[in-house]
Amino acid sequence: MAFVTATWNPLGEAFYRKTEVYEMGWRLSSGLRDCLVAAAPYGGPIALLKEPQRRSPSARPQLEIYSSSGCSMASFVWKSGVVKHLGWTVSDDLLCIQEDGTVLIYDLFGNFKRHFSMGNEVVQNQVLEAKVFHSPYGTGIAIITGAFRFTLATNIDDLKLRRLPEVPGLQGPPTCWAVLTQDRQSKVLLASGLDLFILDNTACSAVTPPGLSPQVCSIVQMCVSFSYKYLALFTDSGHVWMGSANLKEKLSEVETKVKTPPKQMVWCRRPKSHQPSVVMMWERHLLVAGECKETIQYHLDEESVLVPELDGVRIISSTHHELLQEVPAACEEIFKIASMAPGALLLEAHKEYEKESQKADEYLREIKEQSLLGEAVRQCVEAAGHEHDIETQKILLRAASFGKCFLSNFPAEYFVIMCRDLRVLNAVRSYTVGIPLTHTQYKQMTCQVLIDRLVYRKLYPLAIEICRYLKTPEYQGVSRVLKHWACCKVQQKEESDEAIARAVSVKLAEAAGISYSEIASKAYECGRTELAIKLLEFEPRSGEQVPLLLKMKRSQLALSKAIESGDTDLVYTVVTYLKNEMNRGDFFMTLRNQPVALSLYRQFCKHQEQDTIKDLFNQDDDHQELGSFYVKASYKEKRLEARLSLLQSAVDEYNKAKNEFAAKATDEEMRLLRFQRRLEEEKGEQLLGLSLQDTLRVLLSVGLNKPAEQLYKDFRVPDKRYWWLKITALADKEDWDELEKFAKSKKSPIGYLPFVEVCVKKHNKSEAKKYISRVTPEQKVKAHLAVGDLEGAAEAAIERRSEAEISMVLSRCLSTTDRGLVDRLNRARSTTAKK
Amino acid sequence: MAQPGWRDAPSPPDFSLLKRLARDQLIYLLEQLPGKKDLFIEGDLMSPLDRIANVTTLKQHEVDKLYKVEHKPIVSTSDQLCFLIRPRVATVKWVSDVVNSDKAAGRFRRYKIIFCPQKFYVCDAVLEEEGVYGDVTTDSWHFYLLPLDEDIISMELPEFFRENFLEGDQRWVETAGNALHLLHSLYGPFSKVFGMGRCAKMAYESWRELQEESEQKSRRADIGTVFLVDRDVDYVTPLCSQVVYEGLVDDIFRIKCGSVEFGPEVTSSDKSVKVMLNSEDKVFSEIRNEHFSNVFSFLSQKARNLQTAYDKRRGMDIQQMKTFVSEELKGLKQEHRLLSLHIGASESIMKKKTKQDFQELLKTEHSLLEGFEVREAIAYIEEHISRQVSMVESLRLLCLLSLTENGLLPKDYRALKSQYLQSYGVEHLLTFANLRQLGVLVEQQPGETLTVMESKVGKLVNDKTAGKLTDAFSSLAKKSNFRALSKKLALVPKSDEEYDLRVPKDMAYIFSGAYVPLSCRLVEQVLERNGWTGLEEVTRMINRHEFAVGAGGGGPEGGEKTDAQRVILVMFLGGCTYSEIAALRFLGRERGLKFIVVTTAITNSGRLLEALLDH
Repeated sequence: MAFVTATWNPLGEAFYRKTEVYEMGWRLSSGLRDCLVAAAPYGGPIALLKEPQRRSPSARPQLEIYSSSGCSMASFVWKSGVVKHLGWTVSDDLLCIQEDGTVLIYDLFGNFKRHFSMGNEVVQNQVLEAKVFHSPYGTGIAIITGAFRFTLATNIDDLKLRRLPEVPGLQGPPTCWAVLTQDRQSKVLLASGLDLFILDNTACSAVTPPGLSPQVCSIVQMCVSFSYKYLALFTDSGHVWMGSANLKEKLSEVETKVKTPPKQMVWCRRPKSHQPSVVMMWERHLLVAGECKETIQYHLDEESVLVPELDGVRIISSTHHELLQEVPAACEEIFKIASMAPGALLLEAHKEYEKESQKADEYLREIKEQSLLGEAVRQCVEAAGHEHDIETQKILLRAASFGKCFLSNFPAEYFVIMCRDLRVLNAVRSYTVGIPLTHTQYKQMTCQVLIDRLVYRKLYPLAIEICRYLKTPEYQGVSRVLKHWACCKVQQKEESDEAIARAVSVKLAEAAGISYSEIASKAYECGRTELAIKLLEFEPRSGEQVPLLLKMKRSQLALSKAIESGDTDLVYTVVTYLKNEMNRGDFFMTLRNQPVALSLYRQFCKHQEQDTIKDLFNQDDDHQELGSFYVKASYKEKRLEARLSLLQSAVDEYNKAKNEFAAKATDEEMRLLRFQRRLEEEKGEQLLGLSLQDTLRVLLSVGLNKPAEQLYKDFRVPDKRYWWLKITALADKEDWDELEKFAKSKKSPIGYLPFVEVCVKKHNKSEAKKYISRVTPEQKVKAHLAVGDLEGAAEAAIERRSEAEISMVLSRCLSTTDRGLVDRLNRARSTTAKK
Repeated sequence: MAQPGWRDAPSPPDFSLLKRLARDQLIYLLEQLPGKKDLFIEGDLMSPLDRIANVTTLKQHEVDKLYKVEHKPIVSTSDQLCFLIRPRVATVKWVSDVVNSDKAAGRFRRYKIIFCPQKFYVCDAVLEEEGVYGDVTTDSWHFYLLPLDEDIISMELPEFFRENFLEGDQRWVETAGNALHLLHSLYGPFSKVFGMGRCAKMAYESWRELQEESEQKSRRADIGTVFLVDRDVDYVTPLCSQVVYEGLVDDIFRIKCGSVEFGPEVTSSDKSVKVMLNSEDKVFSEIRNEHFSNVFSFLSQKARNLQTAYDKRRGMDIQQMKTFVSEELKGLKQEHRLLSLHIGASESIMKKKTKQDFQELLKTEHSLLEGFEVREAIAYIEEHISRQVSMVESLRLLCLLSLTENGLLPKDYRALKSQYLQSYGVEHLLTFANLRQLGVLVEQQPGETLTVMESKVGKLVNDKTAGKLTDAFSSLAKKSNFRALSKKLALVPKSDEEYDLRVPKDMAYIFSGAYVPLSCRLVEQVLERNGWTGLEEVTRMINRHEFAVGAGGGGPEGGEKTDAQRVILVMFLGGCTYSEIAALRFLGRERGLKFIVVTTAITNSGRLLEALLDH
C-alpha cells in the first residue's frame, strides 16, 4: 500500500498529505492572475471576477461562477461599480462588495437577488478593504474605509451596521487585520506595525501576543482559524507566531526564513489534530509550519488560492484542485509503514484472506489475542471515511466487514452509517456535482444543509435520491426538495399557467406535508397571480391560503377560506383587514354572507364598538336584534327619560319586526316605568325598575290598595296572580280581618287552599282553620294536614276513599300517639283497596 | 344485572400528569419575567390555579403579591406586573387601561399577560387599538385540562356553552381540539372516535389537523375510545332536577372546581367549611352516585360502622391501644368529620327538598318527560311563575315543557311568557329571544304538528342525496323531537313497574327511575353497536352530524377487549351534569367499562340558564 503514503510528508509527530480532488474543468486563459477569487468553504462554489484584458474605460470585467470542479454555473459581464471584494454567504449566495460600500447579492446562477449599503460613512470614504466572515449568527461583512474606520455587520440577513471605535494614533492603513468572533460578539483584530489592537463594539484595546520574539518590528500578516479559536501572526522577521485567539497562550513560533509577507496565510487544522499548522503561500511557494521546528515545503506550478476548511486547506489553481490536511489518526495508524496497529493488521489479514492464504488467520489471531478486533474494525471504518479514493474506501470497508464476522457484539450501525455516508459523499464529490466534502465536514454540516446546497444548485433529482436513500422523513426530505423544485418551476416564464400548475400537482401529489401556499406565494412574487390562485387550490389546509389571498387582494375568497379552516383567529385577521380595506357598506355586506365572521365581529363590537353593532343590524334590517339592542341599552341608562326614549326606539323596531308581543311588552314596561315614577313622586315609595309583580307586592304590602287595584286593571294582571299577591301581602301584614273580608268579596279564582297555606306560613292555625270549610274536597286533606289536623285529614281522606290520600295521612301519623287513627286508616285503606 | 363474562372495569389512567405539566409550564412562564412581580389573576382562574400551584409555589418564583382581577384601578408598587387572565376582551381592555394610566402618571413598569389557555387574535387587536401593544409581552399558558377527580377532567370554560351555542362564536373549538390533542399524546393513541354534533365534529377536525402535523409516537394506549357530544344534542337532561347526591349538592350548594363550601346550616357551627368532593373522600365516594332517598340509610349505616370501629377500643390492652391510636384513630377521626359534614348537608337538603313542593315539582317534571297530564303541568308552571318561586326554576320548567312538547302552543307561549315578564321583569324579553334562538323555548309552528313534519322529512331523507335538504330544513325549524326519541330509545321506562332505587336496574335511577338521560343513552347505544348503524332514525331526529372514525364496520365486536378499549373518554362540549356522570359510572359498572368524563365545565340547570340571561 505504498501508494497511499506517497503523498504523505512528516511534520513533527504527524503527517500531512496533499491529495488531488479534481482536475479543474475550467479553461482559464490567463490563470488566476489578476482575478478576484472567492471560494466558499465546505466545498462551495468559486467566483472569479476577471479584470478586462485591455485597460479602457468601456471595458467591463467578467464575473464567472464555477463549481468546485470548475464547471461553469454562470458568467456575465459586470456592469455595476468597482468591486473590492467577493464572498459567499452560508446559503451559497454571492456577495459583491463595491468600492462605495454597496453590497450586491447574487445567487449561484448569477441572478441578482438584492442589494444593501454599508452606510454613509463607507460611501464617503470608500472601501479600502473588506472581509466576509461566517459565525453562528450567519454571514457577516467587515469593512475598513479610507478613513481607517471599521464598519461591521454580523448578519447580513438581519442587517445591523456597527461602526467600531477609532483606533488611537492610526495614521495609515493597518498592516493587516482579521475578524474574530468571541463572547458572542464580532470583533476586529488589527496590527499597525508591532501594535495589536482589538476593536469591539465600544472600545479599542491594545494587546500583546505572549512570547513574540524580540527582533520583530512589524506584524505583516495574520489569520484566524476556522473555529476562531487560534490566531497566527507573520512578522517581518520571517517568524510565524501561533497561539490562542484570545492572546492568552502561545503555541509555538517557527522561523520560515522568508521575509516577504506571504500572499495568503491560513490555518490548517482538524478537530483533535496532533500538529495544527499554518499554511503560507507565496507566488510559487507553499510552506506548512506547525509546532515543531521543521516545515513542509511545496512548490506550486501555478498561481493558486488557499481555501481554509474545517479540517484542512483546499488549494485551487487553474488546473488542479487539491486538499492539504493532516493525515487523520485512523489513516495514519493503518497506512503508516510497518504499522502494527490493529487496523493495519486487520487490513493485512483481509488481504491474505483474499489471496486465500492461511496467514489471514495468523494476523487475525494476533489481533484477537490482544482483544483489539473491535478497535481494528473501528479503525478501518473510520479510515474509510477519511479516504477520498473510492478503491481505498472499499478495501478498508471490506476489511472492516471481514473483521466484523469474528465479532459477536459489534454494533452494526457504525459500519452501516459510514457506508451510507460514503455513498452520499461519493455522489456529491463526483465531478459533475462538484462538492468535495470530507467526512468531517459532512458531519459538521449535516445532511439537511447538504440537501439545501444541492437544492440551491437545482440538483433536485440527486437531492431526492439522497433523501430517499437516507430515509429522511418526507417532511424534511423529499417534500422540501419538491417544494423548492416547484418554486423554481413557477419562475419559468415560457410555460403557461396551466402547464405549470399541472406539472406541479402531478409531481407533488404524493408528497406529504407540501405547502402549496409557499409555492403560490413564489408565483405571486413573479407576478403570476393567476398561477398562484391555481396553485392555492391544491393547498389542503385552507388556513394556509389566507395570507396570500389577502396579499393578492382576493379578500372575499380569503374570508371563506379562513372560515373553512375553522381557525377563528384567522377569520379575525381577515375581518380586520377587510374592515380597513373596504368601505363600511361593502364590509357589512360581506359579513352578512358569512355568519361565522359576523358573529365573531359582533363579539368584538359588543365590547369595543357598541355603535358599530347597531349599524350592522341597521344594514341588515334586523329589527328584532335592533329592538333587543335598544332594550339592552336601556338597562345601562340611569336617567329615566333616556331610558324611556331607548325603549320607545325598541318598540318601534319590534313593530317593524312584526314582533307584536315584544312591542307590547316593551310598551307596557314604559307605562309601568311612568306609573312607578308618578307613584314615587306622590308616595315616596322606591319602585322604579321593579317588575310588575314586585311593584304590586310593594304597593299591597304598604297598603296602597288603590294604585294596586289600578295597576291590576290597567295591565290586565290575571286574577289568580292578583289574588295570590293580595293574600300573601295581607298575611305578611297579619291583617287577618282584611284577609277574611277579601276571601268573602268574591269567589276565589285560586281556591281556598292558598288561604290556609298563607295563614299556616305565618303560624296562625286558628285563622287557617276558618278557610278549611271552603276548600274544595280534592284539596281538603292537604288543608287539614297543613294545619296539623290529623283527625280532620283522616276523615276527609276516608270520605274520599282515596288510597293515595289515606297513605299520605298515614305517613304523617306517629304509631305511638295516633294508634286509633292509624288503625282506622288502615282499615279504610284495605276496604278501598278491595274495591 | 351485571352480565357474566365482563371483567371489572379497568382503573383510570393517572391524570395527575396533566397537573404537573400545567404547573411546570406556569413556572416556566413566570420565570420568563425574572425578578419580583405582582400577579393579577382572573377571578374564575383562582380556583383552578389553586389546584395546580399553591401560593408557596408562586412565591418561590418571585411572585410578590397576588391580586384578583377586579376591573378597577390597581394599587401596586411593584415594577413588574403579570396578568394571568382568560382571553376576554373586557379583561384585556382593563389591562390596557392599567397600562395607559401608568403611562399618564409617568410610571414605568414591565407588563406581561399570560393568557389561559390560549391567546386569541382579538386580544392583540384590543391591545393594538388601545395603543399598548408594544408595552406588554404576551404568552399563553396551555392549561387546558384540570383533573377534578380520577374520572372527571374539566376545561373550566363555562363560557364555552353560551359563546359557542348561542353566539355562534367558534373560537373555543380549537381549544377543545388542543385539549383532545394533549390527551391523545399523553394517553392515546385513540383507536376509535365517535361524535355527535356540529361542534364535536369541528373539534375533531381541529384535533385531527394537529395530529397530522405532529409526530406519531407509538405507545401503549391508556384510552382507546373517545366520544364527543355537543350539549345541544340533549338539553332535557341538564334541565331536570338532579336527585343523586352529588348532583343535589351541586344544585343547592354549587360545587366549584371540585370543592364545595358548606355554610353554617350544614356545619352546625358559625363557620363555613370548604370540602373537596372527590373519590379521596371515602364517605362521599360511597354516596355520590346514590339516589338521594338512599343516602340517609347509607350514612346511618356508616355511622354505626364507625361507632363499632371506635368501640374496638374497649377491652384492648395497652399495646393494642397504642397501635389503634397510631394507625386507625386518625383515619376514623377524619371519616367522622366528613360523615358529620355529609349528614349535615343531607339534612339541609332534606329540609329544602322533601317539602311538598319539591315532590310536586318532581311530579310535574316526570309528567312532562312522560308526556302525561301536560295541562296539569302547565297549570303548575303557571302557578310557579305567578308565585315567583324562583326566576331560574320557572324558566327551567318552561324550557322543559317546550323541549318535551316540541314547542309550546302559540296561546300557551304568549300567556306564559307575558306572565313570566310580569313576574320577573320585562328585561327577560332578551332571555326569551336567546332561548328561542337556541331552540330551547319555542313556539310550535302553527298548522303542522311535528309528526306530520317528521314524516315528510323522513320521506325526503330516505334518499341519501337529500341530506342537504334535511340540513336546511332542520335549521329552519329547530325541533327537539323529544317524544319520538324517547320512544325510539326507550328513555322513559314503563311506569307501572315498581322501581327500586336501592338496586338500580338502569341509568334511569338518577332521575328516580323516570327517565334515562338521552346523552348517556346515545353513548351506550353507540358503544353497543360499535357505530351508528341501526341508529339512523335517531340521528336523523337529532340531525346533528354524527360521525364514527376507526370503528371498522358496523355490528357489535366479538371477543375480549383490551383494557385500553374499555377505557372510554366522553367529552361534553358545552358542559355536563353530575347526574350524567353518575349515569355513566353506573353504565361503566354494568358493562365493565371505565368512563372518563371530559367537559368544558360542570353544569347544572341553574348555570345553564343563567348563562342565557342577558343583563
